[in-house]
Amino acid sequence: MKHTSAKLMTMPKLLLKLRYWILAMMLMATLLVTKSPLAQSIDSTPDGLVKTLVSDVMNSIKSDKDIQAGNVNKVMALVEAKIVPYTNFQKTTQLAMGKNWSRATSEQQKQITAEFKILLMRTYAGALTQVKDQTVTYKPFRMDPADTEVVVKTQVMNKGDAIQIDYRLEKIGETWRLYDLNVLGAWLIEAYRGQFNNQISANGIDGLLKFLQDRNAALAKAK
Amino acid sequence: MKTLPSCWKKYFQILLLGVMTTFFVGCASILEGQPRSKKDPWELVNRNVFSFNESLDKYLVKPLTQAYEFIVPEFVRNRFSNVFANIGDVYTVIHQLLQGKPKTALDDLTRVIMNTTMGIGGIFDVATDAGLEKHNEDFGQTFGVWGIKDGPYMVLPLLGPSNVRDSVGWFADLQTDILINYINDIPLRNTITGVRVIDQRSKYLNASNLLEEAAFDKYIFVRDAYIQRRRNRIYDGNPPLIDEDDDIPEEMLEKEENRIR
Repeated sequence: MKHTSAKLMTMPKLLLKLRYWILAMMLMATLLVTKSPLAQSIDSTPDGLVKTLVSDVMNSIKSDKDIQAGNVNKVMALVEAKIVPYTNFQKTTQLAMGKNWSRATSEQQKQITAEFKILLMRTYAGALTQVKDQTVTYKPFRMDPADTEVVVKTQVMNKGDAIQIDYRLEKIGETWRLYDLNVLGAWLIEAYRGQFNNQISANGIDGLLKFLQDRNAALAKAK
Repeated sequence: MKTLPSCWKKYFQILLLGVMTTFFVGCASILEGQPRSKKDPWELVNRNVFSFNESLDKYLVKPLTQAYEFIVPEFVRNRFSNVFANIGDVYTVIHQLLQGKPKTALDDLTRVIMNTTMGIGGIFDVATDAGLEKHNEDFGQTFGVWGIKDGPYMVLPLLGPSNVRDSVGWFADLQTDILINYINDIPLRNTITGVRVIDQRSKYLNASNLLEEAAFDKYIFVRDAYIQRRRNRIYDGNPPLIDEDDDIPEEMLEKEENRIR
């Protein structure tokens, strides 16, 4: 009995003695964690960004019955919140418009980017409502530290078919931003380039803008 | 949609007549002042065939596919898909060899053996679950690997987007297809072919609805995506930079060269 009580007395004393050490170690640990790559923002590596966004969105969809029932507006809100902050739609629109971009006024550029973004978001959201039991695998990714443009390749297994989906990202400062998407071997920007060119040739830049506005309004009404 | 029995000559003739009629009626036209793509010199004809295919899809193939999805449970449909995919893998092995890729051929052969044995005649795709990636090869791609140029873009009646090389390739695919050439019971053969067509269509049922919404001009979207996609497949997912005869505006070329494919 005497022994145990003596031991019990010593334990708090020991802790009291060591408290400065413990405090110092905790402080060091927090400093180390903030400096370590674990605490870096999610967009500091391109493959890390794609993986985080894809798994985040897939999990959100798989756990949401509304979305699986086809609620596109809800998916659009999800895309807006989770993906759009890590994209560069202006670059997407600029490359899709090609030589016509410089012919548009900055106000037109802004408006066309905004409308094209809504159209793409709606399509992407529509595709996401189809997500059920698909699994995503990431192909081996290599990059040079000096690279400012990379492609992250993924594969989605759907009904026994392997669907290739690749993401093209560019480095802006220290962060990576998505700006092009490849589905089944076709890049989005390249697939739209001819269509932009045709619209503008036939109806001019204002005509294109009006076409996009009308399309978006019609699609918003339909849903 | 690469599956049609060669015995359907009569139907084909009737349909061809229908296509010809649409040419003359000319419900599609190219808008005034629109730029023409070098890859698509036969755009006017192609557009007419395209709109014919669209109507055929709208009134026949798509409703049939929707009925198929409604009647046949998903589990059963997936078994059909897997069996067709497994037979396709046999051809992929041969094409990998023809394209000089023995290592991938061995992978695909392993797929066939695994799926045929453990996957019970291909109804379960155990190879993909085991991490063996699926590939798709056909004569059009093999010709492309051999250096044959794709030629002008073509829209084939019933079959959809193609080009001169891939049309010849499709014909060669048809001539070597075991499900068409080695099944002597005609009704059985036609049923199998029908299910194959519907199975293919059901994979893109939702995608085609989205395309309708996203495209400015569905014809151009499908064309440009097809050209890119076939090129991507010939290079097995890693195509080099754009070739010189692509119609990219000059101002873009500088930026294009910096882009990774």
